[in-house]
Amino acid sequence: MTNNQLTEKGQLRHFLTIEGLNRPLLTEIMDRAEQFSSISGRQVKKVPLLRGKTIMNLFFENSTRTRTTFELAAKRLSADVMNLNITTSATSKGESLLDTLHNLQAMHTDMFVVRHAQSGAAEFIAQHVAPHVSVINAGDGCHAHPTQAMLDMFTIRRHKQHFPDLRVAIVGDILHSRVARSQIHALSTLGVGEIRVIAPKTLLPSNTQTLGVHVYHDMKTGLQDVDVIIMLRLQFERMQGALLPSENEYFHSFGLDQQKLNYAKPDAIVMHPGPINRGVEISSDVADGDQSVILEQVTHGIAIRMAVMSMVLGSRSEQQESVE
Amino acid sequence: MKLHIANGRVIDPANHIDKQQDIYIDQGRIIAFHTQPDGFNADKIIDANGLIVCPGLIDISARLGEPSHQHTDNITSETKAAAKGGITTLCIPPDTDPVIDIPAVVELIQDRAKHCQRTKIYTIGALTQGLKGELLSEMLSLKQAGCLGISNGLQQIDNTLVLRRAMEYAATLDFTLFINAADPWLQSQGCIHEGMVSSRLGLGGIPEAAETIAISRYLLLIEHVGVNAHFHNISCGKSVKLIKEAQERGLAITADVSAHHLHLSEHDIGNYDSLSHVIPPLRSTRDREQLQQGVREGVISVISSHHLPLSNDEKLGPFAETCQGISGLETLLALTLKLVDDDELSLEQAISNLSQKPAQVLGIDAGHLSLGGNADLCIFNPNAENHCQPNDFISAGKNSPFNGWSFNNEVVYTVYKGNIVYQKG
Repeated sequence: MTNNQLTEKGQLRHFLTIEGLNRPLLTEIMDRAEQFSSISGRQVKKVPLLRGKTIMNLFFENSTRTRTTFELAAKRLSADVMNLNITTSATSKGESLLDTLHNLQAMHTDMFVVRHAQSGAAEFIAQHVAPHVSVINAGDGCHAHPTQAMLDMFTIRRHKQHFPDLRVAIVGDILHSRVARSQIHALSTLGVGEIRVIAPKTLLPSNTQTLGVHVYHDMKTGLQDVDVIIMLRLQFERMQGALLPSENEYFHSFGLDQQKLNYAKPDAIVMHPGPINRGVEISSDVADGDQSVILEQVTHGIAIRMAVMSMVLGSRSEQQESVE
Repeated sequence: MKLHIANGRVIDPANHIDKQQDIYIDQGRIIAFHTQPDGFNADKIIDANGLIVCPGLIDISARLGEPSHQHTDNITSETKAAAKGGITTLCIPPDTDPVIDIPAVVELIQDRAKHCQRTKIYTIGALTQGLKGELLSEMLSLKQAGCLGISNGLQQIDNTLVLRRAMEYAATLDFTLFINAADPWLQSQGCIHEGMVSSRLGLGGIPEAAETIAISRYLLLIEHVGVNAHFHNISCGKSVKLIKEAQERGLAITADVSAHHLHLSEHDIGNYDSLSHVIPPLRSTRDREQLQQGVREGVISVISSHHLPLSNDEKLGPFAETCQGISGLETLLALTLKLVDDDELSLEQAISNLSQKPAQVLGIDAGHLSLGGNADLCIFNPNAENHCQPNDFISAGKNSPFNGWSFNNEVVYTVYKGNIVYQKG
């Protein structure tokens, strides 16, 4: 089931989760993103790869950055893009979610980019779209955010040479983080030497170690000798659910400041999927400091999304050609 | 109708019978075994050669989806489904809509059931008004209306003082309390078992402690109050242990498990398969083994369908937004007998868990084949080839995760009050 995102030839049909994808495929995504990232530096930032294709950004949950980078990526590939923000209240029932989908599909859409508050929503939509339509998961509940994970891998690759030599720490709300789950799958598939997660027990899923990570509850030992630090955004709602006492106490224990950063290797890079809460999970001097690559991540987001979109729709045209 | 069931292997755990013998039925009652009574002229002879004849099955908890605000006509379809499943008696928990907290709702259900005449339907009354956990229901009038027990259904009673008093009042009336144990807070954030699969899929987890904490709370109160109690739909291995210890201490408690929890685990959710979305959630494979062991050892004495028919739309959507429930009337016997094939249970015990034992818990005269007793029977083929195809279910709910499963058994006839109410086509 996981691999209904692949065609029979092992190419991307949808892009729903990193789980189940192999290392050559992840490497291909990054290689292709490398080619596209040079386009962004040109005067004319467009290639005609997806000319005539229609892409709908279906956002059932608000997002500015992810939607914008998907939109830019599609436009740079010369596709026609529609942005639809659909409040969850209008589609609280699966039936009407499918109705929405079928209506949009009837407008000859080639691809849906979907963000939804429920885990498994992208998978559900992929199971119910017409065979010629592809789905890219732009974040589903607490489950997966595969393009974010790939742009993070791309950023790591640009700064660090060899994945197996690396020690990577992910810090913060792992329990509710689709980004963390996708990153963990991507890092293990790429053969990263050691993956650590650092969080209080209230923000860790049960049996976290079954995801193939080492669990730490304090920054001093957790950050010891790591090459990459990935900070996660702390949602303010977490205080309401009695998961944490206060932002202050969280920052004191798990917020990344210069002192805690010093536990890591001197050349460690600091990443964050954004948007950052300054003074909650990361201090301003670290976020804006020399070791931070946070803004680069945003830039890389466009190239990665161009790569994924072109690979997914590319596998479609090949299929069609072989049928013809 | 005069019925002669010939050459069948009769298994009746209540009377310790397992032998080939004929059964003669007249006016809804068993009038003779083995030898044909003088002057008996059968209207129909069933050749049960190679088949097993056992008491009609008793399903201790089945929700029929009626009465409900959707104005469905489910009692007709669901009693047909029950008959196809070999079930001749079933018991409806009080969480219907409207709730079974006044005699009028019992009468409504009995009135609808009377038209069907395929299955005996019993009801369990509501412990508190509207199941809200605040005020006691009129339990005496519910008892007089025919309710076999009292329960707060899937609604939990937060206030321990109210719970204690409700239990004391039920004990005064000698009512058995039926309990679906779950801690409402620990359960509130989740939709599947908290474990490996919930972590991987990013779905909210319901920890094992949601059940064990609730059971512990109930056990302490049951001991304090001295009420007869039955736990429905146990899902965790640790719950079996708690109940076993309490039984050994001498508490008058019994328990049941659903047929699906004896076969499925969290892993069957796969990639968000909403057909496996059920409450309590499917637990770990270890829990499943311990539930099977609990049945084998008799700690859990009853296996139930915990049937809940749902429409396709109710199962269509992102996992957490879909309705919880499995349509189980038509797979109850097949799944239970599969445990016999897998050497988990003896055939006699399996039949007992579906007939004699639930009758004991409900306190009804059923679940046995006795001279002069009700002629409710299930006749099944233990060597059939039966592929489960939920789309062919008679039930209004096709929501079964057992699509494509193969079973070695199949109901051939169901006899209710001496009439054939199902015959395999």
